[in-house]
Amino acid sequence: MGWTRKILRVNLTTGTIKTEPLNMDWAMKYLGQRGLASKYLIEEIDPKVDPLSADNKLIFATGPLTGTAASTGGRYSVITKGPLTNAIACSNSGGYWGAELKFAGWDMVIVEGKASKPVYMTIFDDVCEIHDAEPIWGTSVWKTDAWLKKQHQDPMIHVTGIGVAGENKVLYSAIVNDLHRAAGRSGVGAVMGSKNLKAIAVRGTKGVKVKDGGRFLKATATAKQVLQQNAVTGAGLPTYGTQVLMNVINEAGAMPTRNHRQVQFEGAHDISAEAMATPRKSDGKPNLLTNQACFGCTIACGRISKIDENHFTIKNKPEYWHASGGLEYEAAWALGSNTGVNDLDALTYVNFICNEQGLDPISFGATVSAAMELYDLGLITKEQTGGIELKFGSAEALVKCVELTGKAEGFGRELGLGSLRLCTKYGRPDLSMSVKGQEFPAYDGRSIQGIGLAYATSNRGACHLRGYTIASEILGIPEKTDPLETAGKPGLVKAFQDATAAVDSAGICVFTTFAWTLNDIAPQVDAACEGSWTPESMLELGERIWNMERVFNNRAGLSSKDDNLPPRLLTEAAQTGPAKGKVNGLAQMLPEYYQLRGWTADGVPTNETLSRLSV
Amino acid sequence: MLKALVIDSGKCTGCKQCEMACSYENEGEFNVSKSRIRVFDFHTEARMVPYTCTQCAEAWCQQACPVNAITTDAASGVKIVHENLCVGCKVCTIACPFGTINYNASTGKVIKCDLCQGNPACADACPTGAITFQDIEQTGFDKMRSWASVAAKGSETSGPSTPTAKH
Amino acid sequence: MDYVVLGAGPAGVTAAETLRSANKAARITMIGAELEAPYSRMAIPYLLHGNIEEHGTYLRQTPGHYSNLGIRYLNGHARNIDTATRTLTMQGGDTIGYDRLLIATGASPIIPRFPGANLPGVHTCWTLADAREILKLAEKGAPVVLVGAGFIGSIVLEALYARGCDLTVVEIAPRMVARMMDETAGGMLTRWCVSKGVKVLTGTKVESITQTWNGEAPLYVGLSNGKTAPAKLVVLAAGVRSNTSFLAGSNIAVNHGIKVDRFLATTAPGVYAAGDCCEAVDLSTGKPDMLAIQPVAVEHGRIAALNMAGVVTPHRGSLNMNVLDTMGLISSSFGLWQGADGGSTGKVTDEQNYKYLKLEFEGDRMVGAQCVGMTDHVGMLRGLIQTGFRLGGWRDKLIKSPERLREAYISVAQGVTHGAPASGASGPHVNTPVAA
Repeated sequence: MGWTRKILRVNLTTGTIKTEPLNMDWAMKYLGQRGLASKYLIEEIDPKVDPLSADNKLIFATGPLTGTAASTGGRYSVITKGPLTNAIACSNSGGYWGAELKFAGWDMVIVEGKASKPVYMTIFDDVCEIHDAEPIWGTSVWKTDAWLKKQHQDPMIHVTGIGVAGENKVLYSAIVNDLHRAAGRSGVGAVMGSKNLKAIAVRGTKGVKVKDGGRFLKATATAKQVLQQNAVTGAGLPTYGTQVLMNVINEAGAMPTRNHRQVQFEGAHDISAEAMATPRKSDGKPNLLTNQACFGCTIACGRISKIDENHFTIKNKPEYWHASGGLEYEAAWALGSNTGVNDLDALTYVNFICNEQGLDPISFGATVSAAMELYDLGLITKEQTGGIELKFGSAEALVKCVELTGKAEGFGRELGLGSLRLCTKYGRPDLSMSVKGQEFPAYDGRSIQGIGLAYATSNRGACHLRGYTIASEILGIPEKTDPLETAGKPGLVKAFQDATAAVDSAGICVFTTFAWTLNDIAPQVDAACEGSWTPESMLELGERIWNMERVFNNRAGLSSKDDNLPPRLLTEAAQTGPAKGKVNGLAQMLPEYYQLRGWTADGVPTNETLSRLSV
Repeated sequence: MLKALVIDSGKCTGCKQCEMACSYENEGEFNVSKSRIRVFDFHTEARMVPYTCTQCAEAWCQQACPVNAITTDAASGVKIVHENLCVGCKVCTIACPFGTINYNASTGKVIKCDLCQGNPACADACPTGAITFQDIEQTGFDKMRSWASVAAKGSETSGPSTPTAKH
Repeated sequence: MDYVVLGAGPAGVTAAETLRSANKAARITMIGAELEAPYSRMAIPYLLHGNIEEHGTYLRQTPGHYSNLGIRYLNGHARNIDTATRTLTMQGGDTIGYDRLLIATGASPIIPRFPGANLPGVHTCWTLADAREILKLAEKGAPVVLVGAGFIGSIVLEALYARGCDLTVVEIAPRMVARMMDETAGGMLTRWCVSKGVKVLTGTKVESITQTWNGEAPLYVGLSNGKTAPAKLVVLAAGVRSNTSFLAGSNIAVNHGIKVDRFLATTAPGVYAAGDCCEAVDLSTGKPDMLAIQPVAVEHGRIAALNMAGVVTPHRGSLNMNVLDTMGLISSSFGLWQGADGGSTGKVTDEQNYKYLKLEFEGDRMVGAQCVGMTDHVGMLRGLIQTGFRLGGWRDKLIKSPERLREAYISVAQGVTHGAPASGASGPHVNTPVAA
């Protein structure tokens, strides 16, 4: 119950397709999705494997609440070893694909090996087939989606796959489903591309059953009310999307700007949620048309936007004269504030292209901003950019970059390496705003101390979604802590990291945790699944997952030296705002964090810790 | 007073809670492919549209049934499929010009919306008020027309839909 | 007022009921030709299938339904009609007077002319009596030859297959369901049948049936390909023709079926016709044709009865449509599935997975469709064709991507998104009363 108890294992080298029962002992210990699939990955691959080799595996995994009436119960994750980070990668996506996989009768799909030529897979209930992808190889996510629906004569098919970025193994390429929802981070799309796997089309007509239907409906109804009555999930997110944060974070002086040179962006208002909803001067229409929910989501933070048809980006491209997925906060920041660009429609266009070609807009934007700094310093010349005036604030340069990166053409080939490899190539690795090779998201670790520690210790490289301490440090959820203080942050980070690992394993969205705690989530899991699931057991589950991921990373060759922040955050103080004069106090926090985790001073989980958590 | 589902597509976010509520109510499991209500996603138009049977007065499905397996409930006007009588001939599925009665291959019978015996689970589950159950006295095509005009009005951008209070 | 309804099939029953709701006081007599409760021929395959008992084929399930409505139900065959005196004479000699008469005598299967078509073990599959005979012979593993793979033949095929018969289908036309779908779809159906172990011989005629002493297969079916198929049972499904022979010599004009005007009135005053026995307007062509399908019979029955009761209701034409389940492969066709002259077509074909969808357009209206392997929301095809909604820009989208027809329907017919207005200039072609 909750689980379908079936796994699909596809070996692309041999073309074999096998069905396996889900390992229920593991399910009881790791629940589903992130935790359970990570367990499978770690048991099955050599941690030192080259992420882009045939020996890496790529797992698409749902959680037990995926495909149920639990609010936001439509999530799936892609788990693999990431090429951007050489660490475990786990990217979470919404849309409808995950629920559809569940309805087809599968908890997860494990993809092994590498096809000799481009292929795509179909999973129609019990029937999985591998097909020649020749007609769609080299085409966009959007064209692939339409082609598959036509080819298989079923518009109810849901598709996940890669665009040209993944085919070209851009190191931060995404896996995109339902046109604009993405397993975006850590380069999972490049792994899919390396396997010559273009897409997985899914259609399911089976049901998902839960253990105790009556109790489940009650628990989910109660939890939905909690979301509805909460200011963030009940009003802020549906109305403004995650962009509700733009002005808040800018005012907190935590808005990384121009590759973290500044912490506040003078153009923030131009690219904010309010700007999206305000009619444009040019055509009198707003950028934002409506909000859209992912499967099962009663929050509905997704943005659906349309660019002014006369905007320079699409003026002669009618193929973009329609609505599609609009700017989330992270994308608006990475593409906008971090590059100094305040042209909302240009950012929307770049975001469209990121979806269409399958790029992570966070890493893409951050890589462009690093390149802009190198350009500003004269370390990259106009010859090297192929004639692009790569200046901070240039929408034209940004647009040119996105058009080249997915296709791996010209300077785009270098941008596709990510900021760390790019900056290293030009002699300034310190200018890459990344941890473990993965670019920062939209919060500055100098102005919000806890998030700095969360970035440094995240198992998948810099990430806000591994421990979103912003909730506490800025929004006061569940209780307010001082963002400028380091004291207490190790405990806060650990608590967020563990709870998030549990949420990510259940099949629901981490955004629910603006309103929900494990006290709201555990009863839903418990009513759906065999076993006994309490807030305490789920927190322990999260801690178990965190330690398991850490052990994998250590075996992959990462160590405490990789739990670090770029020198800019540690030595160059914020110049404006509430954090003026502040740097991140990682050194004060990290030892305590290791201690709280039950790790050695070198960041290695002790045997005692591992056995306490039965990892 | 007859009651009907009133659909304001401008408020729909595409969450499919209606489809899950419907399939759970009718099938005892979450299975949107067996839902009697379906949300259509007009991606490029930024519009999601829930769609189901309007219990039309013409009762095309009932008229087409060879074995009287579809009847109209006198009090509510609801067209009900009697599973024990349905032979699975599918003629109703081609006869209904709205496409809202569908063949369920796993039972060999047809399924359609029966308003959950007067307490539609979809309306109850809708978080934004896009689906409501209201008093309305109109015939099938009138219902469709009013639905269409509501929907057409809704094609003006109405901005994001926020959850509304539930009873 | 005396209403007489000759025939107790779907058209007759619907007419009798409609007459009763229009006129509470009138005398209503319904005369069936078979000694059965009114039943549906369409349900017979499911009886053969074993899904239902005989009472499951009845058109109305409530006991006492007709007497409760004050409908007198008699049994008998008509010998002739005297339209001058408004008198119906039955074969036994009884006479029945009427003020308004509805002829809803349906159709009968055509018995092919080859020798042996009347031998024991050779049956049509049309009546409950036929079904009882077939049930005795169609045992698991029994060799059965089905003559005719048109629409009705194909439905019978499904039932015989389900009974586990060793089935050979002989069809004179070059493909199965030639009058319902094109070569691509018919070819898919044939391949599907063959893959299920059914022998399908298209382009083949039965030349004779002879009786032998082989107990297991006492019939030899001689074929035009020179071969012989042994059979325990031969089922004939070679088409139907209207039951109008009793009208010979009357002033009721008959072509292939009884001629009717747009109120379904025959050429004789006070006499109407409905269902398989008449030729009413085909919505797609605007011309009279015999559309022998149950939804059309019901539509005729309702409209004829309204006109008989004085509720003037024109018949604007019926849409030809069929749906077939061939051992799990579901196909359907609508309207001008063959396409319109000067029209355009959108199609998508997946031979490997037995999926096919073909849409036919005339200008920016859909006029016909056929599909294999599609069931969800399939009625929308009828909706689009019958209403004649203008598709505007959706036509070109559907030519390119026919699988998007549901989007097109919601968008155009429900007026949801940018496209043609919700109510096309023509309005829905619905048969509704225009005057009392």
